[in-house]
Amino acid sequence: MPPQISSRAGILCRPKFLAGRHPYAAADALIRHMSHESQLTKSESQVATAVEDQDFVPEYEMRFEDLRRMLHRLRRSTLSLVGMAIVWGLILVAIFAPVIAPYPEDVDSVHFDQTFQPPSMEHLFGTDEVGRDVFSRVIYGTRISLALGAAVLVIAITIGVPLGLIAGYAGGTVNTVIMRTTDIFLAIPPLVLALAVSAVLTPTMENAIIAIAFVWWPWYTRLIQGMVLSIKEDTYIEAARSVGAGTLYVVFKEILPLCVSILIIKITLDIGYAILTGAVLGFLGLGVRPPTPEWGTMASKGRLHLPVRWWLTTFPGLAIFITVLGFNLLGDGLRDAFDVEME
Amino acid sequence: MRYRDYLIRRLLYTIPALIGLSMLIFVIARVMPGDPARLALGPEASREQVEKLREELGLNLPIHIQYLRYMGGVFQGKLGVSLYSHRDVVVDLKDTVPATLELVTVAMIIAVLVGIPLGVISAIRQDRWEDHTSRVFAMSGVSMPRFWIGILFQLVFAYHLALLPITGRISPDISSPERITGFYIVDSLVTGNFEALGSSLSHIILPAIVLALSPIAQLMRVVRANMIEQKRKAYILTARANGMPENLLVYKYMLKNSFIAALTIIGLLYGFFLGGAFVVETVFSWPGMARYGVRAFTFKDFNAIIGVVLVIAVAYAIINIIVDIAYGLLDPRIRLGAEARDT
Repeated sequence: MPPQISSRAGILCRPKFLAGRHPYAAADALIRHMSHESQLTKSESQVATAVEDQDFVPEYEMRFEDLRRMLHRLRRSTLSLVGMAIVWGLILVAIFAPVIAPYPEDVDSVHFDQTFQPPSMEHLFGTDEVGRDVFSRVIYGTRISLALGAAVLVIAITIGVPLGLIAGYAGGTVNTVIMRTTDIFLAIPPLVLALAVSAVLTPTMENAIIAIAFVWWPWYTRLIQGMVLSIKEDTYIEAARSVGAGTLYVVFKEILPLCVSILIIKITLDIGYAILTGAVLGFLGLGVRPPTPEWGTMASKGRLHLPVRWWLTTFPGLAIFITVLGFNLLGDGLRDAFDVEME
Repeated sequence: MRYRDYLIRRLLYTIPALIGLSMLIFVIARVMPGDPARLALGPEASREQVEKLREELGLNLPIHIQYLRYMGGVFQGKLGVSLYSHRDVVVDLKDTVPATLELVTVAMIIAVLVGIPLGVISAIRQDRWEDHTSRVFAMSGVSMPRFWIGILFQLVFAYHLALLPITGRISPDISSPERITGFYIVDSLVTGNFEALGSSLSHIILPAIVLALSPIAQLMRVVRANMIEQKRKAYILTARANGMPENLLVYKYMLKNSFIAALTIIGLLYGFFLGGAFVVETVFSWPGMARYGVRAFTFKDFNAIIGVVLVIAVAYAIINIIVDIAYGLLDPRIRLGAEARDT
């Protein structure tokens, strides 16, 4: 008898049966299917019986199985490994910036004797209008961008996820109020709202982070609320509550872990886009101010010296591109590895 | 019948969201630091002059009275006076909106004409070189900062290869066509002004392509994913088994379903267009509403900021509702299944 598959349950407990495109996964599922009649090792039979009582899946075992499968898939995809390499590379560059950059003092100082030098062996990316080494500034810009991306995401998650949990779980009026509020924020394209908010604040890094986070949190509330709504009705939740599990327990130990995989994917992709948004703000003059070496601001100032001094704009923009690409590749790879269908 | 109810409900939800947004943006614009009157008059103005302007603009009234006065004006078709251009914001917008609309429309056409076929090809030739190339292209398109690629295109195509103009909407020595719709392409076509037509077309190509890059990538992915999913479906297998020619299968049946999938993200894509326009219009000096908005943001022109945000919000809401209607018309499952849907 085939196991009852709860199609609305969280991602991590849905074995893809015949439609599995990865031999590992299909073989896995097949083994489970046959497992109830053979002599298996203890852990495998545990998983097997757990899969049969589909409504109550012991979570730690489920995660171990799926984690192995996930890592296996991740390793198979070249592009996502490239993404991971890029992201790790960026983190290392940011941490070791003073060591890697050939002219670390150029973040602040000026050298009027070597302005506008084209790319050369001494200055890989050339120098800018006050003689600073562009390469060093781009490297230091990694710190700024990664910090901005991380800060935005931390704020957005801290506000968005709890609100989503509350909205989804409490339901009723609370749900309506919270979701209507997110509707307000989603009524215009996010970039426009971010621009408007940063326009009325003074251009600093902190304000740019606030402006972008301000726009970002509703997406998390929506996502989490949707997931909570669909998980809430599953019988194992009912089972947990019927033996007296309190609300906090159900939320944090049953529902939230199932959202983790989608959250990880979304966060990875979002860091890239948050950095991109920050760069756009900088480009339009509404973000971080010079002399802070933020990539968008650098590109914007460099634009005044086009087309002759092309290196001022090209390299910061290239840095942004590679950064966002890295996070996108990694996020996509994670999405394939977790085998998730995201709306 | 049910779907109509859903649509009406959707509409009713949109209105409070828009009102909420208007309140939000109003509060942000008026309460945030900076005195609009002082900014408008400049630092040399005396305190009495600033005070007089504040009285005139009603800035000393409590914030909710200000809001009500402003909304009253909105319903009479007035959006306040721009502190920068000293004209009614409505007049400014009337001048600039058609330019943006034309740009966005051309970009949307390009995105659909290029993105959907790319997705189809990618799906048909899954895992062969066409697929891989397209996917890499899609990934890059989504990750590239629009200002960077815009500047690169300007450098390569406009400056170095001199194929296309660098900035603007029409050559300075050609007068704009007689204004019927405000769209240069349409107007010059209708009045037979082929010189203006040629110039307008050559000016719109680069910004439209730059604006369309990310949406092409997104459309391509959606169509590809959808068609791949369909290839596995039972009805395709049956049709093939019954001897239906491959071309008919692909182009008539699978494609129709993919159109529906593409349609779901077209609303979101318009959001991308509206956001991206701010950057593209700045880079290409396109005289549209978004460039006007950037100037408003930079100069803290509060009435213009609110005006631009509101116009974008209303346009975005209308587009989303139209997309929902079209979606329901095209896919009977949505119409019939609407009552099962939760918010």
